[in-house]
Amino acid sequence: MSATPAVKIFGVGNAGVSLLAALAVPEFAAAHLIAVNTDAPSLAVSAVPVKIQLENKLLRGLGTGGDPDRGRALAEEQFSTLKSACEGANIVFILAGLGGGAGSGISPVLAKAAREAGAVVLAFVTLPFECEGNRREAQAQQSLEHLKAAADGVICLPSQKVFKLIDENTSVCDTFRVIGGLLVEGVRGVWQLLARPGLIQVHFADVCALVRDRHAENGFAFVEAGGPGRAREVVEKLLAHPLLEEGRLLAESAAVLVSLTGGQDLTMAEVNRVMEQLKRQCGHAQIIMGAAIDPAFKNRLCVTVIAAKPNVVPKGGATRTETHGGNTSGTSASRDSVVTRGTRTRKTKEKLFQPQLPLAIISKGRFDKSEPTLHNGEDLDIPTFLRRGVPLN
Amino acid sequence: MFDDANIIVGLEIGTSKICVVVGEQNADGGVNIIGLGQSRSRGVRKGAIINTEQVEEDLRSAIAEAEQMADVEIRSVYLGISGGHIRGFNNRGVHPVVSADREISEDDVSDVVKNAKAINLPAENMVIHAVRQHFLVDGHDGVTQPVGMLGSRLEVDMHVIHGNANQMQNAIRLVKGTQLEVNEIVFNGMAASLAMLTGEQKELGALVIDIGGGTTEYVVHSDGVIRHAGVLAVGGDHVSNDLAYGLKVPLSRAEKLKLEHGSAIVTEAAKGQTLSITNELGLELRRVNVEHLQRIMSLRHEEIFQLIAQELDRAGLTDYLRAGVFLCGGGSRVPGLVTLAENTFQMNVAPGHASAISGLTTALDQPEFAAAIGLVKYGSLRIQQRPAARSLATLGGLTDVFRRLLPR
Repeated sequence: MSATPAVKIFGVGNAGVSLLAALAVPEFAAAHLIAVNTDAPSLAVSAVPVKIQLENKLLRGLGTGGDPDRGRALAEEQFSTLKSACEGANIVFILAGLGGGAGSGISPVLAKAAREAGAVVLAFVTLPFECEGNRREAQAQQSLEHLKAAADGVICLPSQKVFKLIDENTSVCDTFRVIGGLLVEGVRGVWQLLARPGLIQVHFADVCALVRDRHAENGFAFVEAGGPGRAREVVEKLLAHPLLEEGRLLAESAAVLVSLTGGQDLTMAEVNRVMEQLKRQCGHAQIIMGAAIDPAFKNRLCVTVIAAKPNVVPKGGATRTETHGGNTSGTSASRDSVVTRGTRTRKTKEKLFQPQLPLAIISKGRFDKSEPTLHNGEDLDIPTFLRRGVPLN
Repeated sequence: MFDDANIIVGLEIGTSKICVVVGEQNADGGVNIIGLGQSRSRGVRKGAIINTEQVEEDLRSAIAEAEQMADVEIRSVYLGISGGHIRGFNNRGVHPVVSADREISEDDVSDVVKNAKAINLPAENMVIHAVRQHFLVDGHDGVTQPVGMLGSRLEVDMHVIHGNANQMQNAIRLVKGTQLEVNEIVFNGMAASLAMLTGEQKELGALVIDIGGGTTEYVVHSDGVIRHAGVLAVGGDHVSNDLAYGLKVPLSRAEKLKLEHGSAIVTEAAKGQTLSITNELGLELRRVNVEHLQRIMSLRHEEIFQLIAQELDRAGLTDYLRAGVFLCGGGSRVPGLVTLAENTFQMNVAPGHASAISGLTTALDQPEFAAAIGLVKYGSLRIQQRPAARSLATLGGLTDVFRRLLPR
């Protein structure tokens, strides 16, 4: 990876386009911002220089109407446009809110286009609130599966988690601003990993390896602190961060990426202190760590943490059939099968997981209903001679 | 009647028994044990309360027994706490000495202690003890009293013992519900080590293992301070349960077999031996192999010791235990346990005696009372500290210093 990779940030759908507005700051000056939507009014208010409006006669200028199949069909029709928009980029970020038509439909196709154009693709997406209903939830999940297959990495923020950050009186506008802010912080964290000269370099490949093939719910947190006690403060903030479930997510994670950015005055002791505390929290997780210096950071320290939960049993088979069954749009049938085939080849690379049948039921006697006493994964309530396989007789 | 101020009561709500020890502080600071009450505990599993009503009932009868024996009215207790949720870890606080002459003042000391106490705990946990170990002045270890010394950087090591707040509050609320005040809560393992170890042994380095009914606590002392503490939620109950499972007998029968024929090592005499289990009419139901019984027990105890040994290895403390290992708790009555522990730890192991206290010696010289006696001892240390509470000369000395963090 070259020192200054060319980065393009796509905002897809209404949510994605409005998120882009938050990224139009000098910090991201080196990145090309591109808005993609089917909805003309949303693009019209966006200040982003490059806008791609996907439109055809079927939509009659009304957008996708919350139907991801329409969005996908449209994106596939204009695959070449998307691909040419991605040309020249080393890295493509996709920002989208899943659950609707445009974000859910276009994002996976865009990710595929970007990959074909030779870029590494990382998607930052939100999942809808639970109150938004089953349909949006299902669409979002399905789209997430597609996106995971198409993109190199997906970092996903279930909106429901934001409830921990807001109180009773927070307005709807503010709530969405909070979600947007979190997502942008995530982008910023990864951006800083890549853009800043690293003392301990984290490669983009590390980030991708971390988020790829994981369960959808990656947790990420971005915290900042200043002053003499900053090392302690960032750790405290991290452990209180609702998106990391007050630190519990760290303990459950399979892999954790930690990136520290500080000014010239960042000391090794501080790096060490932060890492030591996190390591204590992380349990068995594999930790990837990076540290970078930014002269602009005077007296400040910011830490980005991306925690990936361990892989659950892949639901690949179920999703594939859904793709066919749920495909109602006639025009996209032939193209869709192409996408599905791509999905399948990548899916087969996923690690197979063979669950164990609970055949030998070991009773724990009087401890049956109590909380198990776990020690390094062993349940100490089960008789020792059974766990060690010592034969009696 | 006794003056109430001199009565110190230790209460341990254990998995197998609830134990109340009443001590009386005499004029020269020593403690006499004047009363003891105990009852079988039915509402506790693995150190955690699962049936408040039963525990309350058992608690009342134990208290009544102790009151009767000591002829005092018990008003407040030092409550022993245990359970698998309790953890201990070391934390270091740093404070730069800013005064112009670089002389360390009392304020610097209180600041550094405050820094050391600033720790990240899971939200549901609270600190039971934050025990001061040693100060470091400019990196020089082993300073017990830094006030007046010159230096630019003051550090202090603390051992912080913390546990799940709800579980501890359960016990506290329950005791308060019986119209008793809780003076303080104390980690059982620490209390046991207080009762068992002499100052010299603490200085040399010793490991105290308190094998209770549902939990096993361990505490390491070295250089006169607590170095490590922890709990395994495994105890005598597990041994009985293993036997019940392995020998296919009811739990009560397993318990009885454990007491009558148990051993922590497989003895030569047991090889090939069988026992007959009879029903109430004296008819033989089935036969149980004694060798199996002892092997099952041996494996369980060996595992407990191995887990503790691993933990100490990880903490780098194995080489500091020059006084050896001391066993207490009801679970340490198992024959052959000392030999097994010697084999596992590869060092001197002794069954512990509550040596640090006087009074009803024969009745009290039982391993299972170590923690409750230690609670009384802890209480007496606290009372002694109180008049000179802020004077560091007494705090940094040989006696361990337990600073209380809990607001109640």
